[in-house]
Amino acid sequence: MTAARSEPAAARWALTGLALLTLGVLIVLPLCTVFAEAFAKGWSLYREVIEEPDTLSAIELSLLAVGVAVPMNLIFGVAAAWAVAKFQFRGRNILVTLIDIPLGVSPVVSGLIYVLVFGAQGWLGPWLNRHDIRIIFAAPGIILATVFVTFPFVARELIPLMESQGADEEEAALVLGANGWQMFWKVTLPNISWGLLYGVVLCTARALGEFGAVSVVSGHIRGQTNTLPLHVEILYNDYNYAGAFAVASLLSVIAVISLALKKLLEWKTGQAESGGLRRTETG
Amino acid sequence: MAGTGFKRFNVLPGFWPAFSYTVLYLSLIVLIPLSAVFLKSATTSWDHIWRSISSPSVVASYRLSFGASIIAGLISVAAGFLIAWVLVRYEFPGKPLADAVVDLPFALPTAVAGIALTSLYTENGWVGQYLAKLGIKVAFTPLGVVVALTFIGLPFVIRSVQPVLADSDQELEEAAASLGATRWQVFTRVIFPLVRPALLTGFALALARALGEYGSVIFISGNMPMKTEITPLLIVNKLQQYDYAGATAIAAVMLITSFLLLLTINLLQRRSRRFMEAR
Repeated sequence: MTAARSEPAAARWALTGLALLTLGVLIVLPLCTVFAEAFAKGWSLYREVIEEPDTLSAIELSLLAVGVAVPMNLIFGVAAAWAVAKFQFRGRNILVTLIDIPLGVSPVVSGLIYVLVFGAQGWLGPWLNRHDIRIIFAAPGIILATVFVTFPFVARELIPLMESQGADEEEAALVLGANGWQMFWKVTLPNISWGLLYGVVLCTARALGEFGAVSVVSGHIRGQTNTLPLHVEILYNDYNYAGAFAVASLLSVIAVISLALKKLLEWKTGQAESGGLRRTETG
Repeated sequence: MAGTGFKRFNVLPGFWPAFSYTVLYLSLIVLIPLSAVFLKSATTSWDHIWRSISSPSVVASYRLSFGASIIAGLISVAAGFLIAWVLVRYEFPGKPLADAVVDLPFALPTAVAGIALTSLYTENGWVGQYLAKLGIKVAFTPLGVVVALTFIGLPFVIRSVQPVLADSDQELEEAAASLGATRWQVFTRVIFPLVRPALLTGFALALARALGEYGSVIFISGNMPMKTEITPLLIVNKLQQYDYAGATAIAAVMLITSFLLLLTINLLQRRSRRFMEAR
């Protein structure tokens, strides 16, 4: 190795050290803080916070939002990817661009748009009011906001994957006498299962962690319209730091698990090699 | 199958159901609600809109949001380039772990990041206490906003630059070196021009995300009027005062800004792709 081709060993070590230090201070330290603060007052207080009824109801609402948003966007993702990746039609690129829109919208604006449609002063507000249906400041609003912010996650994973796979296998299945559903369940779905799972992991992680959009539509009614991240905020604003960090540590564990799953899936599908920026996170 | 002019012939079934469902769902969840921002603004008097988007506190928030996002983007570019370089070019123990950690800001809920950063950078926090001795206050100042946005923006730059550095063939560098270039000349004349489009894309992505960011910022910023209020926070404030028209007007400004930015990003990415293919 000539001197000009690579840096001298000392420079390499210095640069590596500096890079790891930056990564450590900027990214790893905040995660460590969460756990340090969560257990600062001991394990018993930690359990107390987690077992509080308000926390449990926040967990419940978060799971509900995930339980609705992820399947909805999963079905949409498969349908959109089927139409976009396997067929050529006019306006195809525009459709792909439109699917990405939620990634470019501020979380706060994502919540605001549903207030404008369903809120008391919104388009459907008076009608909903007459029929005694609550969407804003209630669970349906939280679910809608969650659906919006995680909207493109599955579709974005599946579109490039299904494009690269082409239609040969599906066509072969049809020629051999399979009907549309048989082709889908026996050929298409097995082919996209890893990518699908990858999209679901990203979608779930974001749905559980969403804060801004949900905050705007929730109304912060304790024990009723709080998701886990909103509960963190409430505890924090009550100066119950240990409690806030205890709930935050739950979310952090989920985040770390989702990250590990994501890496595992990338390794499994060899997507890591193809590199490329996974812009899905651009929320 | 109908619509010969619209869709190219294909033996695969299910286009129309899949396509119709996609368009319907997209319209109901995204397009129609989003159009409410512009329709609501259209029914608001111009005077009210103008007062909402140009009041001193809102203008101060633009300055903070743009200023902090740009500074954080530049820090992310510098730090991100260094980290991407080390991750691609050097071998060291624990490298896969270091690489995985990069995605943490994507995975960590923003509210969690917000309270964690605040506790780190307050005057008795792990990092804040040392900075306090140097007379630097981070939490509850504009600097805190920059710290939060750097946390959010860094992965965008690293993940933009990494594949370009990994793909760049080192023969070019060898050729330059064998022609007598010093390592520094190789860096400035060969390597840097190669990664510049990716750095720019990463910067733009980080900027787009930072301008709309809410959860990770509002805890560390302290939200002092005229000083540390970001633009998304003002939307929330206006909503709490039931000023829907005012909130919507600011939202329209933010939407237009981020769409322009996304358009720029698309152009940048198309250009860098062409650049890569041309090589």
